[in-house]
Amino acid sequence: MSSFWSIWITVLTLGTLVGCYLILRMCLKNFAGVPEGESMGHEFDGIEELNNPLPKWWSTFFLVTIIWGFGYLALYPGLGNFEGLLGWKSSNQDVTSLSDSKAQVASAKAAGLHVQYDREVERADERFGPIFAEFAQQDVETLSKNEEALKIGQRLFLQNCSQCHGSDAKGTTGFPNLVDNDWLYGGDGATIEQSILHGRVGQGMIAWDTMVGGEEGVKEVAAYVLSLNPDRAAKVDSALAAKGEAKFAMCAACHGSDATGSAAMGLPLGAPNLTDNVWLYGGSERAVQQSIRNGRAGVMPAWKGILGEDKVRVISAYVYSLSNQD
Amino acid sequence: MSQSNLTEIDYNYNVVRQFTVMTVIWGIVGTLVGVLIAAQLIWPALNFDTPWLTYSRLRPLHTNAVIFAFGTSALFATSYYVVQRTCKTALFGGKLVAFTFWGWQAVILSAVVTLPLGLTSSKEYAELEWPIDILIAVVWISYAIVFFGTLLKRKTSHIYVANWFFGGFIITVAVLHIGNSMVIPLTLTKSYSLYPGAIDAMMQWWYGHNAVGFLLTAGFLGMMYYFVPKQAERPVYSYRLSIVHFWALVSLYIWAGPHHLHYTALPDWTQSVGMVMSIVLFLPSWGGMINGIMTLSGAWHKLRHDPILRFLIVSLSFYGMSTFEGPMMAIKSVNALSHYTDWTVGHVHSGALGWVAMVSIGAMYHLIPVLFNQGRMYSIKLINVHFWLHTTGIVLYIVAMWISGVMQGLMWRAVNTDGTLTYSFVESLQASYPFYFIRFVGGVLVVTGFLLMAYNMFKTIGAKDGSLKQEAIAA
Repeated sequence: MSSFWSIWITVLTLGTLVGCYLILRMCLKNFAGVPEGESMGHEFDGIEELNNPLPKWWSTFFLVTIIWGFGYLALYPGLGNFEGLLGWKSSNQDVTSLSDSKAQVASAKAAGLHVQYDREVERADERFGPIFAEFAQQDVETLSKNEEALKIGQRLFLQNCSQCHGSDAKGTTGFPNLVDNDWLYGGDGATIEQSILHGRVGQGMIAWDTMVGGEEGVKEVAAYVLSLNPDRAAKVDSALAAKGEAKFAMCAACHGSDATGSAAMGLPLGAPNLTDNVWLYGGSERAVQQSIRNGRAGVMPAWKGILGEDKVRVISAYVYSLSNQD
Repeated sequence: MSQSNLTEIDYNYNVVRQFTVMTVIWGIVGTLVGVLIAAQLIWPALNFDTPWLTYSRLRPLHTNAVIFAFGTSALFATSYYVVQRTCKTALFGGKLVAFTFWGWQAVILSAVVTLPLGLTSSKEYAELEWPIDILIAVVWISYAIVFFGTLLKRKTSHIYVANWFFGGFIITVAVLHIGNSMVIPLTLTKSYSLYPGAIDAMMQWWYGHNAVGFLLTAGFLGMMYYFVPKQAERPVYSYRLSIVHFWALVSLYIWAGPHHLHYTALPDWTQSVGMVMSIVLFLPSWGGMINGIMTLSGAWHKLRHDPILRFLIVSLSFYGMSTFEGPMMAIKSVNALSHYTDWTVGHVHSGALGWVAMVSIGAMYHLIPVLFNQGRMYSIKLINVHFWLHTTGIVLYIVAMWISGVMQGLMWRAVNTDGTLTYSFVESLQASYPFYFIRFVGGVLVVTGFLLMAYNMFKTIGAKDGSLKQEAIAA
């Protein structure tokens, strides 16, 4: 802040505390002109006021808090630009980028400043880092047999993943079920880890309504998609489905000509298998039409920068274990 | 009650009567909505899948109803009454006086309609949209004109301490409300704050905390300074204490807002200053409690017979408790545990139900017979029942919230040997359910007390003029 505002803040802050001290000092003396303990001589609707002295414990305690206030403001940042004698900061509050942040962490450390957030992160890394580094020496599949790793993985999952995937990892509309062994991108350890580290962005399912020939086309393709499902086929209008089949060629690019999805073809497109009973966005006629008409774009954020590779390895092992129970 | 010179001056009691009756009615409405949302936290189905009955919309309705409908109506009633009687002059302002009543009720009714409809500026305790904000500002400035106009034409040489607090609260609330409500209107029901990001947050809590500090503390201290000595029939304990605690309180409180934003994007210096001022504020806050309770010196026996005095004195005890708790919670390392937990909710209610509501209820029980030409309330016994219902309700409420708050804080920060959090959020929520139930029971007791109060009030109003005689108390 500019030095004007710094002075402004300092003067007002100290002025308030000094003012409190001055009025306390004034009222400690009997300035009222009547003996202590007697009435001030005013009367308001029958109410009088006595000129009793301030309770000693009260005025002493008040004075102590005022002095403490000056002390705190000397030690910690408070008076405008003055950073305090302890060199303490809660965090590097003015960072503008990741590189800036890293530079500031390094320079504060070199200058011996106490940046609390940096210190806490550093201490946590020192204490807990080795635990995760040791787990990370094993691959996901091996780690998924390690009871201790699975417990930690579950806790990390509950805190970071359950908000979308549910605390039972069974997902909900738009967020995949992770226990059913049905994978959009592949269910081997390395692929699960990739999904978590770098995230996934659903791209191909754009709004298809104009390309399939408007509302009628949407209904036809939806009918065809539902006809592929053994449980649903009987209820589908077969004439409508037949028309949809011709248009499904466009969909086959990602979902495969047999509609078993991109993972079955070994492609990292995230296009679901449409022939099973697993529906990411709902399997009702209306929901399937909605998916075709307006498209879908699921996003799984990248966790590498948030949790680090070692912790992601442990979470991956937990997720892997959910659909690979012995 | 010595109301001997009641008829000497032609005081304007009409507006005091109106606000007094509405205080009781809004008290019922506000606490009833509170009990409903407390129940929704245990049984979410109680929103009946209706958008305007959801927690998110009723919670601001609850806070607005208790603070601005119940609490502020009580302040209007008592400040209008006290300023007239302690200045020995009728209210200034002519038709403006009636406007403040009808204008303020219009503000409340607009809140009752717009908040359930989901129209909100999203600022806590300042949710109302800009057209209503303008009406609030106009009514509030009219209030200031009436109050200070009356002070100016006073027939007494000094200004009584109660009026310092009322005056301080009226000016500051005007500044806070206008400052925090600055927006760019988009439509009649939608606007955007003039302030960006962290500045907006700081403005909001500068307003939010001083709504507590000036409206709910200074205003009600004004009420206390009249009704406690009046009901106890004793002089105020210390004039000098009232001077130092008044000036220290008003000058320190205005700085305390940043303690709502510890460990956020707010600059470190702001957090430090907010914390220091909050802690230095502790003793000045207690000055009011000492002055109130010590006023009872030599009259303690009156507590045995007088449930109205009991309301007033217990309100001061809750005031002392929450003004100790507040500075403590403003300490950063305590705040790290208490922030975002039910402890805050408990703290607010020990202030709101314990201090604000009890001092108002006591004042109303003192006022109602005076305003409606009776010697006493219809039933003193019912006042006593109300006292115990209300006190038990508060104790259940705040103890439940203390336990669940500290428990939540501890569960959220519990860490395993591997550095992972021990509990997920949902686990802390599950652990809170028993306490939510106890809080709900406490709330039901409070509402029941308010209903008894309303019954007692209407019976008193309906009784034949002067038929309720003050009973001689066997000492």
